[in-house]
Amino acid sequence: MTRFRAPLIGLFATAALSGSTRLLAQDTTQAQEGVRVGIEYRPGERPSIVVLPAVGRDSARNILLRDLDYSDRFEIIPIGSEGASTTVNYVLLRSLGADFGVELADVSGATAFRLHDMKSGTMRKEQRVNLPPPGDPNFRMTMHRIADEIVRNAIGTPGYAASQVVFLANKRAYRVDSDGSNMAVITPDGDEVLSPTWSPDGRKIAYTKFVAGQGSLILLDVASGQRTVLAPTTKALNFTPAFTPDGRTLAFARATEEGTDIYTAEVATGCCLQRLTVGRYSDNLSPSYAPDGRRMAFVSTRAGLPQIYVMGADGTDQELLAPFDYGVTGSSNAPEWSPDGASVVFHRDVDRSPQIFVLDVAGRKVRQLTSSGRNEDPTWAPDGKHIAFVSDRSGTRQLWVIDIITGRVRQLTFTGGVRLPTWSRRF
Amino acid sequence: MHLQFRLLTIVAAVALIACGKKPAPEAPAPQPTPTANQPAPTPPSEDAAAKAAREQAERDRLAREAAEKAAADRATALQQLVAMIHFDFDKADILSDDVSNLDRKAAIMQANPGVRIRVSGHADERGSDEYNLALGNRRAGAAKRQLVNKGVDGGRIEVISFGEERPLDPGHDEGAWAKNRRDEFEVTAGGESLVLPQ
Repeated sequence: MTRFRAPLIGLFATAALSGSTRLLAQDTTQAQEGVRVGIEYRPGERPSIVVLPAVGRDSARNILLRDLDYSDRFEIIPIGSEGASTTVNYVLLRSLGADFGVELADVSGATAFRLHDMKSGTMRKEQRVNLPPPGDPNFRMTMHRIADEIVRNAIGTPGYAASQVVFLANKRAYRVDSDGSNMAVITPDGDEVLSPTWSPDGRKIAYTKFVAGQGSLILLDVASGQRTVLAPTTKALNFTPAFTPDGRTLAFARATEEGTDIYTAEVATGCCLQRLTVGRYSDNLSPSYAPDGRRMAFVSTRAGLPQIYVMGADGTDQELLAPFDYGVTGSSNAPEWSPDGASVVFHRDVDRSPQIFVLDVAGRKVRQLTSSGRNEDPTWAPDGKHIAFVSDRSGTRQLWVIDIITGRVRQLTFTGGVRLPTWSRRF
Repeated sequence: MHLQFRLLTIVAAVALIACGKKPAPEAPAPQPTPTANQPAPTPPSEDAAAKAAREQAERDRLAREAAEKAAADRATALQQLVAMIHFDFDKADILSDDVSNLDRKAAIMQANPGVRIRVSGHADERGSDEYNLALGNRRAGAAKRQLVNKGVDGGRIEVISFGEERPLDPGHDEGAWAKNRRDEFEVTAGGESLVLPQ
């Protein structure tokens, strides 16, 4: 399913990647410009796409439509599921203004998902899948993977539909699919959970089990529910864990009476506790590794209010990362390095209300993404173009998703009291 | 209700003063009950018995008053040890209003070497959830340092942080936030026999 690598697509992938690297260095207006790098149609506009009706496959088609919509990379041309032709008529689809058409076809028992390119009048890519029945637990995730591939084949970089967000509500961790479906609690009733974070392979969640003002780090195997304690964290308050990109090491903050400092330990053995910062009554917390594993962003109060700093993975070369005006700029917290390495997202107080900011790492420039209500604790989607965050803009604390290119937002949860989201890799 | 209580207090105080001025009981000593096998006690032995009873009552009273004072002192010391201190927004500096509070705690801990305490730092809901854990920790540490500077052995003081996880007031206004930015103090050992410093 994911093996297809036509030279053309490879070219697009490269172009899109460098495009996204560049656009993150720029402000919103210029960022729009960057979108077209991966797209060959009508520069400055999103390509339009039609998903043809598919008899008996409405649920598959509906998931696909929603995923393509949520990818924010297309204009969806709506066509009803009744009456319309299920076969591809290039002339008709071009007359609707479509750049792409998706066809669902039966091919000897399997379902073929065909992406048609209206400009060239050819089929660009076919994915042939034995779809589980709609009631099957794997059905939705299978459809999300197909949608992500269609996005990749159309614009050069995959979507993020086949992923999950873990967040806290009522002191427990929940997970939810990227489209808001399948919400389920994943931690036991007795554990008061803080600081959840996904492992890079998407199999574990590390979190703080908070007990009487102290906290140990727990590694939860998501599939089996099995929990283990990271050995050197049974004392003091250990929180804000972050995995190295290879998943072998955990960096975390530990609060002692000298202050809060960042430590690392090996995930498998708990061995080799190492202290990376020496705060002397200032606080250092919230580490987040760059995708190359060589550096990490973190929060420090060394200059007074918490701000975003960066250091080598071994604790060397500590320096300011996100510029601020001393005495003017508000507190900055909760950094997370983007999957492409080009950006760090964080929240910063503006008029005492946190807002989401994105920092371009190379240019050291920040850009504010939100302004309505309190917006905090951002986490990157695996496509590196969407961010989930907590917002009270609807009146209760909910998860919202923003597309950093178009600025479009949507609400992901409707349960209330939601905190501290962490977004998985693409499954 | 309140007025009644105050009146009672005044009456009790007056009674106590009266008692202090006249140690001898105004009422006659209680007559011992005569029994069939014993002759009625003669007046001199009656005087001796009454005197003994009076002295015993006096000793009982002093012991009772001492016990009451110890209990009251213990309650006062405990109350002063666990009295909360408060903080400005996003600050961990001890406020001048709380300096005497902490001085008093230090003096009580010096007078009670067996006492151990736990300081828990708390934050209001406004800052970042995770940063508030560090901030609460810093607030607890600030109180500990103040006590250590006053001569208390640091080994007797444990610090923990609840961040914004345990608000005292669930409100979402400055009144609630001000209450929630606090250090709480808990006696973890030696609380049974607290005495006030001399």
